[in-house]
Amino acid sequence: MMQISCPHCGPRAQNEFVYERTIDSVVALDAAPEEAMKTLFTRNNPRGVDEEIWRHTYGCRAWMVITRHRVTNEISAVRAVGPEALP
Amino acid sequence: MINFTFDGKAYEAQEGDTLAAALLRNGIGLVGRSFKYHRPRGIMTAGVEEPNALVTVGEGGRAEPNTRATDVFVYEGLVAKSQNRWPSLSFDMGAVLGLAAPIFSAGFYYKTFFGSAKRWMFYEYFIRKAAGLGDAPTETDPDRFSQRAAFCDVLVVGAGPAGLSAALEAAEAGKRVILVEQDSILGASLIRDPQEQDEAWIDATAEKICAAGGRILTRTTASGYWEHDLVTLTQRIAEPGQVPPNGVAQRLWHVRAGEVILATGSIERPMAFANNDAPGVMLSQAVRTYARRFGVVPGKRIAIATNNDDAYKTAEALRDAGAEIVVILDARPTSAGADSGFHVHNGVPLSVTGAKHGLKSVSALVNGETKSWNVDLLAVSGGFTPVVHLHMQAGGTLDWNEEAQAFVPAISRQKVKTIGGAANPEPIFTVAPVSNPKKSFVDFQNDVTLADVDLAWAEGYRSVEHLKRYTTLGMATDQGKLSNMAALGRLSEKQGVAVPEAGLTTFRPPYTPVTMGLLAGAGARDAGAPTRRLALFDIHQAESPIWQPLGYWFRPRAYPKGRETLAQAALREAQAVRTTVGMTDVSTLAKFEVSGPDAAAFLEIICATTVNKLAVGRGRYTFMLREDGFVFDDGTVWRLAEHRYLLTSSTGGADRMATHLSYVRNYLCPHLRVSVVNVQEHYAGIAVAGPKASAVLQAMIGEYPPRHMSTVPAAIGVTPVIVLAASYSGERAFELYVEASHAATVWAACEAEVMARNGSLYGLEAMEFLRIEKGHLVVGGEIDGRLTPHDLALDKMLNKAGGYIGASGLSRSALSEPGRKQLVGLEALEGTIPEGSMLIRLEGEAPQGHVTAAAFRIIEGGSIALGQLVDGFARHGEELIATSPTRNQRARVRVVHPHFYDEAGERYRD
Repeated sequence: MMQISCPHCGPRAQNEFVYERTIDSVVALDAAPEEAMKTLFTRNNPRGVDEEIWRHTYGCRAWMVITRHRVTNEISAVRAVGPEALP
Repeated sequence: MINFTFDGKAYEAQEGDTLAAALLRNGIGLVGRSFKYHRPRGIMTAGVEEPNALVTVGEGGRAEPNTRATDVFVYEGLVAKSQNRWPSLSFDMGAVLGLAAPIFSAGFYYKTFFGSAKRWMFYEYFIRKAAGLGDAPTETDPDRFSQRAAFCDVLVVGAGPAGLSAALEAAEAGKRVILVEQDSILGASLIRDPQEQDEAWIDATAEKICAAGGRILTRTTASGYWEHDLVTLTQRIAEPGQVPPNGVAQRLWHVRAGEVILATGSIERPMAFANNDAPGVMLSQAVRTYARRFGVVPGKRIAIATNNDDAYKTAEALRDAGAEIVVILDARPTSAGADSGFHVHNGVPLSVTGAKHGLKSVSALVNGETKSWNVDLLAVSGGFTPVVHLHMQAGGTLDWNEEAQAFVPAISRQKVKTIGGAANPEPIFTVAPVSNPKKSFVDFQNDVTLADVDLAWAEGYRSVEHLKRYTTLGMATDQGKLSNMAALGRLSEKQGVAVPEAGLTTFRPPYTPVTMGLLAGAGARDAGAPTRRLALFDIHQAESPIWQPLGYWFRPRAYPKGRETLAQAALREAQAVRTTVGMTDVSTLAKFEVSGPDAAAFLEIICATTVNKLAVGRGRYTFMLREDGFVFDDGTVWRLAEHRYLLTSSTGGADRMATHLSYVRNYLCPHLRVSVVNVQEHYAGIAVAGPKASAVLQAMIGEYPPRHMSTVPAAIGVTPVIVLAASYSGERAFELYVEASHAATVWAACEAEVMARNGSLYGLEAMEFLRIEKGHLVVGGEIDGRLTPHDLALDKMLNKAGGYIGASGLSRSALSEPGRKQLVGLEALEGTIPEGSMLIRLEGEAPQGHVTAAAFRIIEGGSIALGQLVDGFARHGEELIATSPTRNQRARVRVVHPHFYDEAGERYRD
């Protein structure tokens, strides 16, 4: 079980969080059909660093993007997303 | 003295004895029967790696099968039973399997039952009965298992000399230290070999660690090493089968450590020779432990076989204890051991002959000649395997130590280091086994011999991962702690490569078996998920309904009167809705309040139907798509005010929908000015349906109720309600939403009006009947995540402008090709349509679809159903068979339009 630093709550155990998806699999609202299908079904799954969308569901319920190494589980960055995190 | 029983006979143990020590103390050498061949087995080790001496300890729900006799400390009243024997341990019918051993070689099951499911199903019963371990208890475990989280700077695993010293150093440096030891006392190898660090040193060190604020946990195993230096500890508070003092039998710790020091030592290896599994063949260090720690010498005339210096300490310990060392067989070719003062031969054991509770003789190959000695115990030492499990679980790598013929930790991936014997095993000399491979056991627990490894090799299994799965080597409850290195040695010999090139299998948690109850912890039994009760639970309960789980909730399925069956009650309730009026609790529906200037824009992204044309006070049916274009939920959307909407969706999908809305709002659309609030539990919902529903509503709210698919705010007495004119049943119907805390008064008022009109309460079963007859869909039934809006005949409602989630997925050409399943109605021509049955044209043909929901025409009678059928829209009028082979039910059906009732929707209008 990893330890994830929530941008709002600090370091917390992974079981407070729920994984949503890798940002590679985010289908943009205006994606063309071929692009959407490529994103959903034929995207790459590289060995290495990944950006992932997680939610602190059993905590502050905020969404965030976590930069995680898929092999070592090293988390190098966490950033908040959502209306409050807009510049 | 402590009293315990083994297979019903009473024995005495001494304070501090393990069950294994106590059995040996009482002269019991035969403890169990082996897994496959039912060979007699004794005690081989003195630690958690024990493969043979598996017993069931405790009784009833507290019984713990497959407990290692070496890993349970005897307590007053302990009850232990041997396993895998019938009718008794010393006379076991299953032992005839041993005579048939050549048949049960590697891959026996694959070869014998390949491609023949029927034969397997016949034999499986007997095989499962004959092959096996202890029986799982059938009663509920009466004990509690607790879980605890902890943090520390340094976690030290293993309280031998290295671990104690490391823990002391860290504690005195001011660090928060946790030291764990799986044994009941500290010291590990020091208990067996007290040197300058004696018992007093151990006690003093432990005291200093505690004084510096460190925490020491005995009877605690570091069983798993997880991400980010999280180590799980399993702490035994009571012994297996023992009544725990405070009700808590074991505790699971989650320790997040700043640094982990592994001082886990090593495990002695057996040697491969014929009958090396016989009772009376024990590991050398184990024999020494029994002699020095427990004062038990499990033999009088003892032989020792070794390939290293350590075993000579055993010889000394046994000689000191008064036993006769008949011979030491030293595998090293030189004159090793010549000056030891013992009778040493430089050779390797060939075989032993056994009696029931010990040995008779050992024979060995010495200078090319076979020699034999009469002994009752053979202590063997085949080298040492460092315990690298946690290091490997943490993602580390290993190096090959040629001198010790062992893998040692190399690179650590996490903040972990290994010290002591686990990092520096003793040098040994390795010789290839020379005796009969068919009787030379490698994996004692799964009965895998060298011959099995050879056979797997001969049949082309080259990878160690394949070898493992084909022979089941290393797959028993000991996870190959004794066997893996021997098999690797044999495999590398066959391959003609060095051991490290033969490869390694994966080390997975837990290090030793963990009781399931410990993992469940406080989440066992009913606490696995919260019980969610309706706001109106007490009111329903007073009517003694049949309850039905739905999503996380329980809802009334029907309210039977007198001796009514479920079907009778449901039919009566549904008839009331069709002829007068009925009411039901719909509180569990998912409900979201969506408000703000961009609320309509947000809903047009979520819903596949149009939303922004909706006038204030109006609502409509809607459905939602996944990104791939398939329908995943449906509901209704209502415009309560200029910038305020209420969205409802299915009960079962409520949490999924809440997450979906939050994801879209926060990740995809952070710029929208919209607020999405989950009001599922804020509002209780009551549905009123039937020809007299309007009259009921008028009496309650004092005005003529809104027309179909309209909404008004109203008040019942002083309680504000939202009235939605929506119908699931096919009748004129309303849903009343009221703050959950005020639901009881509204329910009571409603019930009075309904009953005054000869109406009825109705439950989920009646609701099913009504909606099936009307051809309305249900999420999880017709909407099963595999159909598109076109397949469900919803495509006319799609938002032509697009822009909703799933629009691009839906535009794939494959989704409009023929051959897709489509929603159809089915009516029975003969028989009753079984729910969930397959739709076929002729007996023996492949199914072309299935029945998603079956019911009866509520007034006229007759079996009807909804289903999915390949190209179903074009097949109305066709006759098919709905068959359920598992229930042996079938009906002849005709494909029809899926609306059996009021297709024009006239009953919605007053």
